[in-house]
Amino acid sequence: MSEKQTLMGMNGDESVAYATKQVNPDVVAAYPITPQTIIVEKLSEYVADGEVDYEYVAVESEHSALSNCVGASAAGARAFTATAANGLALMWEITFIASGLRLPIVMAIVNRSLGGPINIHNDHSDSMGARDSGWIQIHCENSQEVYDASITAWRMAEHPDVLLPIMVCLDGFTLSHTMENVLTLPDKVVSDFVGEREFITVKGHMGETELRLNPDVPLTFGPVDLQDYYFEHKLHQIDAMKQALKVIPEVDAEYAKISGRSYDLLHPYRMEDAEVAVLGLGSTMGTVKYTVDQLRDEGVKAGLVKMRVFRPFPSSDLVDALKDIPAVGVLDKSLSLGAPGGPLFEETMATLYHLPKKPLIANYIHGLGGRDTGPQLIRGVFESLLEIKDKGEIGDPMNYVGARP
Amino acid sequence: MASIRELGTDQKNYWCPGCGNFGLLNGVKRAIVRLGLRRDQVTAVTGIGCHGKTTNYLAVNGFHVIHGRVLPVATAIKLANKEQTVIGFAGDGDAFGIGMGHFPHAARRNPNITLVVHNNLIYGLTTGQTSPTTKLGHVTKTSPRGAFEEAINPISTALASNAGFVARGYVGEMDHLVDLMEEALRFRGFALVDILQPCVAWNRINTYDFYNKRVYKLGESGHDPTDLTAAYERAEEWSERIPIGVFYKVERPTYGDNFPVLAGEPMVRKKLDSGKVAKLISEFA
Ligand SMILES: Cc1ncc(C[n+]2csc(CCOP(=O)(O)OP(=O)(O)O)c2C)c(N)n1
Ligand code: SF4
Repeated sequence: MSEKQTLMGMNGDESVAYATKQVNPDVVAAYPITPQTIIVEKLSEYVADGEVDYEYVAVESEHSALSNCVGASAAGARAFTATAANGLALMWEITFIASGLRLPIVMAIVNRSLGGPINIHNDHSDSMGARDSGWIQIHCENSQEVYDASITAWRMAEHPDVLLPIMVCLDGFTLSHTMENVLTLPDKVVSDFVGEREFITVKGHMGETELRLNPDVPLTFGPVDLQDYYFEHKLHQIDAMKQALKVIPEVDAEYAKISGRSYDLLHPYRMEDAEVAVLGLGSTMGTVKYTVDQLRDEGVKAGLVKMRVFRPFPSSDLVDALKDIPAVGVLDKSLSLGAPGGPLFEETMATLYHLPKKPLIANYIHGLGGRDTGPQLIRGVFESLLEIKDKGEIGDPMNYVGARP
Repeated sequence: MASIRELGTDQKNYWCPGCGNFGLLNGVKRAIVRLGLRRDQVTAVTGIGCHGKTTNYLAVNGFHVIHGRVLPVATAIKLANKEQTVIGFAGDGDAFGIGMGHFPHAARRNPNITLVVHNNLIYGLTTGQTSPTTKLGHVTKTSPRGAFEEAINPISTALASNAGFVARGYVGEMDHLVDLMEEALRFRGFALVDILQPCVAWNRINTYDFYNKRVYKLGESGHDPTDLTAAYERAEEWSERIPIGVFYKVERPTYGDNFPVLAGEPMVRKKLDSGKVAKLISEFA
């Protein structure tokens, strides 16, 4: 039975802030940057109004924001931050520290393109740049997903089999600044759901203890780890990512019971008999869905696969979803300059490579620097896929849609 | 020699009407004109913030860098071409938040550049959050209960970092500001000009009225700008009386004076001697 819920008008940033207020972590350390600013402002307002009791630290840079979360999380606190673009770039050094030390920090990324040239609008260059840093990444299509993920993320990150930090990604402006209807749970239901942070037990220099800084049973976080054990510790992180593929659906299923909203790692839509399909992340998938419905009305066998969890990469679900589709278009909203293709494209190719029979796969780079991706553009992608399907071959797999030639 | 007109651009101006940045930009232009510089002899480096637009509105060589990194880029430009008059423009957030790591080092390193701080005691562009120079108790969007962290004092920080030229201007005292900018640009070494610049949109405390009632000129008060102790004492004044003018001015060797390779022609015009390079490479072959 799902709980009674309240419909609220909120944009994506407010959805992050409201969910985080309900979770009421222990420490929030953040630095303002467009288009994430609303989150930090809301979170400081809640403190001022006495609605929460987390410690809010108005740090002097993002490097300090994440460092602060690392310290707090190591001390056993629930720590939250949020950033975008250059802010995430400045955090880069610490993103690896947070995951390597297995600190379950939650961070909202309000996706914005990385300069240069300077641009404040949406694409995925920021979070894609951090894709190898050992963080789980959840990409949201709308503010409802943002709200829900900002609650469930804590349980996923803190699960004893996982212990990895999480980025909840939402598209700048498209989601962050656009008002939507969001169903919200009562405070008590949220706080019961997230419960208290769990700790695993480790062997410290003074015996068994919980994995957190505790002066009574001291531990050292972040000591040197050379040729002797570094490699094995990386294998632990690989294993944690694998575990996350099991834990995320479990947490989602439990959340579905209280919210009535269920989520998947990967969300296929009208894929049963699809001949052409588009795979992508984030808010664009709303536009793709709209276009798929139109094309279906016109008799075109079109479908889509929305990837909600990009890290860990849901390989086996992706194989199941795409293996029988003749032509697949992968939407990438970022570049990997000098690489064979965009990041989602490359990983999809690598995942499907071993199949005896595989789809023809083309890459459609779109929306860089906030360039609008409307239904017409998506229709163009499907038209190009239909052509590929009919011809049975792809020339150059790289397409830059919506850009001047 | 550029004129005020030539120093302007045809870019649409996005600053709020009444913003202190207008006066600041005008003051800088007037100083450039007074110094008789051509547009191509000046390089402006701006950070990210409302102040960053200065490179859109000032028709000299311009480099709009990322948030907080004005000083390393400006320093390097000066090293590459010492004939350029290099002016860095940074907000108080840009200079003393993310950019703070660079500030004391630029001051002690002493490159021959000028740093202009658009000090509005608030984050302007991101719409009104607390900045490192926001005063205690000031209510902002990220300090709704009032700022409770002590503000950074740009003047005493510069003094403690061994900056050779430390000054404060105010956009409500234009002629004084132009004199100050001219003196800073003539100074050989690192010059800080911290400029009080009301942000009419987000800072309702440090307004024109606030400053008009308080500012006084150091030059008219018997202050000796070679006296470091006196400079520190003046730097502490803020509540009833706020000093503007030159707090401290002492020349010392600049970064570069001790590098033989930087003597003579500017680096950009030095030719690489391919013969020498080939010889060097062959040593490792
Ligand atoms: C690494 C990074 N973090 C955050 C930002 C967002 N940001 C842009 S301008 C600014 C502060 C603006 O204040 P200030 O430097 O005082 O300049 P003003 O707008 O007042 O001129 C911030 C935090 C950014 N651009 N880069
Ligand atoms: S926000 Fe403030 S600093 Fe920015 S243009 Fe407006 S008045 Fe000037």
